[in-house]
Amino acid sequence: MSALITCSHVDFGYENHDAVVDLTMEVEEGDYFCVVGVNGSGKSTLVKGLLGLLKPTKGTLVVSEELKKTGIGYLPQQTAAQRDFPATVYEVVISGALARRGNRPFYRRQEKEMAASAMEKLGIEDLKRRCYRELSGGQQQRVLIARALCAARKLLILDEPVTGLDPWAIQDFYNLTRRLNREGVTIFMVTHDVANAVGHATKILHLRQKTLFFGTPKEYAGTSEGREFLGGGLI
Amino acid sequence: MKLIVEMLSYPFLVRAFVGGILVSLCAALLGVSLVLKRYSMIGDGLSHVSFGALSVALAAGWAPLTVSIPVVVLAAFFLLRLTENSKVRSDGAIAMISAVSLATGIVATSLTTGLTTDVSSYMFGSILAMTPADVKLSAGLSAVVLGLFLFCYNKIFAVTFDENFARATGVNVSLYNILTAVLTAVTIVLGMRMMGAMLISSLIIFPALTSMRLFKSFKGVVLSSGLVAVVCFCGGMIGSYRFSTPAGASVVLANMGAFGLFWLTARIREVWYGRKK
Repeated sequence: MSALITCSHVDFGYENHDAVVDLTMEVEEGDYFCVVGVNGSGKSTLVKGLLGLLKPTKGTLVVSEELKKTGIGYLPQQTAAQRDFPATVYEVVISGALARRGNRPFYRRQEKEMAASAMEKLGIEDLKRRCYRELSGGQQQRVLIARALCAARKLLILDEPVTGLDPWAIQDFYNLTRRLNREGVTIFMVTHDVANAVGHATKILHLRQKTLFFGTPKEYAGTSEGREFLGGGLI
Repeated sequence: MKLIVEMLSYPFLVRAFVGGILVSLCAALLGVSLVLKRYSMIGDGLSHVSFGALSVALAAGWAPLTVSIPVVVLAAFFLLRLTENSKVRSDGAIAMISAVSLATGIVATSLTTGLTTDVSSYMFGSILAMTPADVKLSAGLSAVVLGLFLFCYNKIFAVTFDENFARATGVNVSLYNILTAVLTAVTIVLGMRMMGAMLISSLIIFPALTSMRLFKSFKGVVLSSGLVAVVCFCGGMIGSYRFSTPAGASVVLANMGAFGLFWLTARIREVWYGRKK
């Protein structure tokens, strides 16, 4: 197991306040990494930091050479404007390959094949020509994951992926990400859905500016933070 | 056909056609991105700012374009920034800026020349407004807009669909937003004197909304918007010549007609497929 991202005593923040303080953690290859915490606890800031959109104000953040080459697949929170966007599934998925393409104006066959294989992986080939806005929430989610896979195969960063999905779509989503994880995709997820996160993750990070807990789900369930968040002994 | 030949024998109408077609094409292409990003009101706000700037320039005796283009570009930056920093509600801010610019323009003119035909033609447009210099400027503008859509089409899609994802994959999102703002501002200033300050924003909004009734892919919507804009502009102009109606208003009504047609077609298609199933 090699570390993809290593943070040691990292602070992330904006002009005059730090949203994440003194964070030390590692994302290793093959992890299913879940970050939990209340609103405003610095989860989204952490995601921005890992994506390189925000420089750490203190400490060191090391991204492995391997990851620098392949890049990170990112699944942002959905915006309201996207829900009625006129675009075909294919158009959305292939837009993930944008970073590989550099400044060439058009996509090459290599990128088209990547888009096709990403759609196949997620079982949405038959939706290829369908309009994004006509899909169900769960299907839209799959399309966005396919797009993220088009950008990078090694590590997926998901920002509150199950918000707004119905319970069946949520189960479906966890089965899917578990499968991708077994196939070698490292998952890094920020979520409010603590019970499911604890059930599926290999590592849990509980954040409230500072690190309240970092370790395995089993240990987490034994701590006071974990019990409080899980509603007193679900597991 | 005879009507069109007759129209094209007037040099000012040829200029109006060429300039108008180019401006409506640019407005429609930029409009797709603006409408989908929920920035439709920005077009409306900018046209009011443009009216204010033009009236002040006219009252002070300055050259209208050299004053209003920078002012409107600045306003465009400001409005985009407002929308990005969601602390201030941008719809309220746009409504406020619109009213203030309109008021400034009206006060400036009534203090000097009074409400002349010049001002009224800025409000509702005049077919005589396209000067040869304007036509050249619209040619330059459309070259830039078409070039942008041709070579950066996929990036425009990514930025329009999902700014956060585009940013994370290394697209310079701010650059595209600034570029869109500047081009929209220039389009509005150029088109405004022909279409009228009250009506120019329809060139931005209508083609995109019309095309979205019927087309389900981004590419389809972009291509159809360009086409709809050009057809509606020509239709409106011919109608305006035939019935001696104001050009801007006629173009808007032609756009409304196209919207109705597209909507109806979409409905019929829906019912048809519904019955088949």
